[in-house]
Amino acid sequence: MSTVEVVVTGLGATTPLGGDVASTWEALLAGRSGVRRIDDDEHEWVTRHDLPVKIAAPLAVSPTEVIPRVQARRLDRCEQVALVAAKEAWAHAGAPEVEPERLAVVIGTGIGGAITLLDQDDLLEGPGLRKVSPLTVPMLMPNGPAAWVGLELGARGGVHAPVSACASGAEAMAWAMRLLQAGEVDVVVAGGAEACITGITVAGFVQARTLSQRNDDPERASRPFDVSRDGFVLGEGSGVMVLERAEFAAARGATVHGRLAGFGITSDAYHITGPDPEGTGQARAITRSIEHAGVAASDVTHVNCHATSTVAGDVGETRAVRKALGEHPVLTAPKSAMGHLVGAAGAVEGIVTLLSISEGIVPATLNLDELDSGVELDVVTGEPRKMEITAAVNDSFGFGGHNVALTFLP
Amino acid sequence: MADNTEILTGLAEIVEEVAGIDTAEVSAEKSFVDDLDIDSLSMVEIAVQAEDKFGVKIPDDQLAELKTVGDAVDYIAKNQ
Repeated sequence: MSTVEVVVTGLGATTPLGGDVASTWEALLAGRSGVRRIDDDEHEWVTRHDLPVKIAAPLAVSPTEVIPRVQARRLDRCEQVALVAAKEAWAHAGAPEVEPERLAVVIGTGIGGAITLLDQDDLLEGPGLRKVSPLTVPMLMPNGPAAWVGLELGARGGVHAPVSACASGAEAMAWAMRLLQAGEVDVVVAGGAEACITGITVAGFVQARTLSQRNDDPERASRPFDVSRDGFVLGEGSGVMVLERAEFAAARGATVHGRLAGFGITSDAYHITGPDPEGTGQARAITRSIEHAGVAASDVTHVNCHATSTVAGDVGETRAVRKALGEHPVLTAPKSAMGHLVGAAGAVEGIVTLLSISEGIVPATLNLDELDSGVELDVVTGEPRKMEITAAVNDSFGFGGHNVALTFLP
Repeated sequence: MADNTEILTGLAEIVEEVAGIDTAEVSAEKSFVDDLDIDSLSMVEIAVQAEDKFGVKIPDDQLAELKTVGDAVDYIAKNQ
């Protein structure tokens, strides 16, 4: 059981549903989708390469509309989104007065600045060396989002960037909790960032047969747990939380929005992309997480699922939930509305989990017309469901066999 | 061939584009580092754009010697 209590005092996000936490949450409750066609001028590569996937979940608000021009031109898009979310979270937390040496940043990403890498390689191959930006390396490095946020906030207690594919954002929360519980710092700004909707990522996921090709009905394409699901929808965005030692937050009179009470991190060692169909490693992550939090399986009334809308993944996850928690938790899958934010997914969905607890309402899973018979659990569909949540688990899994479960309490 | 006033105007536009500093602030006596707070990465970008705009070559050892905006204007005027 956790010895040092960790509280959440600030939330920030930019997602396919909205440019901040409030608009994202409102869209989730309203059942809106952030998925749309992308075979347009901005994404001309879709048509140029005749890609079979013509849909994605791009940001609702471009970060360049929010970040000053000169700062934006020094940042890869994944760094821009991290900065947008972090600034919102920091302001939401009331800009804590903390010694710089007692402030850390942990922001993960799955892919990092690959768009910069591609653009700059085009310049090297075309006009040549002179045209390659001196900012190429800081823009493409996967620790870039964390480093820029650290610079912005003056964090000198360490800047970290976990990279575990689609579990990166959740793993960042876990690392933050470790730092706080080890007594290394008082405040951690933690989250995930991803912005890599481009030709090669879509092509790579297409060749791995993981993306939905429901191009004729974009808003219905992401359908976790539905029998006719055919893959995930690639999204982009960032989610960031301000986490503090409870004592530190109390001393400064901060408003507490909930608690990150436990985490569990395991690895499958089963296959490089495919999840263990029995969900053994995922179940262990959930169990470790609730044990760390000091809650019983029966206390966990809600699970915010990783469920990406892939054929293999969704059912495997429900096996893990049943194994670790039983049949009582109420499930939802936010990726049905906002697509898969890859390295940001765990962080944004952690925020959704926390809001579900504090608001007492679980957003519905969209497009769930016919539940896969392998699920055998209660998934919220149609309208959001009002319920009192005593404890909630948020799952995140990633290519590489990464499993991360977070336990949140009111 | 641009005269010194035209070079200063052109250089100020580049500095504004790269570093976001108002063109009116970019005057001959200003130090790139100490007055305009331009870092070494941005200086490389400014040099490459100045080379293209004025048809000059600014080797790295010369770039390091261009402390003020005026130094850069003079160098470009002599070498264009």
